[in-house]
Amino acid sequence: MSRRRFFVVALLVSLLVAGVASYYASSHPDGLEYVAEQTGFIDSAEDSATSDSPLADYQTTGIDDARLSGGVAGVVGVLVMLLLSTGLFWLIRRRDSGDVTHEATHDSRA
Amino acid sequence: MHVPDGFLDAPTSLATGVVAAAAVAVSLRAARRELDDRTAPMAGLVATFVFAAQMINFPVGAGTSGHLMGGALAAVLVGPWTAVLCLSVVLVVQALLMADGGITAIGTNISLIGIVTVAVGWGVFVLLRKVLPARLSIVAPAAAAGALLSVPVAALVFTGLFAIGGNAPVDLTALTATMLGWHTVIGIGEAAVTGLVVASVVAARPDLVHGARPLLAERVLETRAAVAS
Repeated sequence: MSRRRFFVVALLVSLLVAGVASYYASSHPDGLEYVAEQTGFIDSAEDSATSDSPLADYQTTGIDDARLSGGVAGVVGVLVMLLLSTGLFWLIRRRDSGDVTHEATHDSRA
Repeated sequence: MHVPDGFLDAPTSLATGVVAAAAVAVSLRAARRELDDRTAPMAGLVATFVFAAQMINFPVGAGTSGHLMGGALAAVLVGPWTAVLCLSVVLVVQALLMADGGITAIGTNISLIGIVTVAVGWGVFVLLRKVLPARLSIVAPAAAAGALLSVPVAALVFTGLFAIGGNAPVDLTALTATMLGWHTVIGIGEAAVTGLVVASVVAARPDLVHGARPLLAERVLETRAAVAS
């Protein structure tokens, strides 16, 4: 598989997971929330300062259909993640050769 | 286990914030060794995939659920320093955009999900890679083992933080037992997802798997020796 093809497949999988499969995720509280309810400290949780964000709780404000609302939030989240993280890693990467010899290079430095 | 605002008091949140900031600063320098023209886009995709995968809560019985944390997965795929940065970007985007995890708890969440799971996942993986036969087929199971242990350890560290700076009086023995119990079960899910994803990438492009490189190195050295002579 070419590297480009691999990256395209990985991005498509991420978009499908966040945009489509997420609708079918369990809506039960997660481990920490559940334990907080059981042991009685869930009430100390406060609403996040971003709780009125248009994508809060992975639902898009203004879209009533739950499937579409969650799907749009997931896809927007994936695209924001892709831009931010790829941008960051591209900025801080080493600028010398990009081939496999780098393992040998930093072995000799060690 | 995204910690919301209010669970931990201000001094504890501030302390984890300092720990997280220091870890991110160190990782920004150290990740340079792991990132080049080939691996930087891979790291971006791994962070993106972890974000997407964290949206999938799987049921773990009795009305509770868990989702991938992704520290072990990211560490094996792109290296531990880059993994800390991957998880930090995920957690910041989740807190700011999705209101998932508190704003004052960002440091706590980076410490638990970004540092503890990466450190435990990568530590176990490297240890197993040393003792197991030097074959590509050990990469996915070793990553899964790291993932399995990383979740209950993160749960224990949360319990420790709650013991120091929890905003509600709770029975710490009960808290430890329930946190550890549920997160051991969630760890099995973490191990399954991590093992599957790592196995798929190893099958498609083993050269893109950071943790697999030493196992590929022999072949590379042979090729280079032949070219040199």
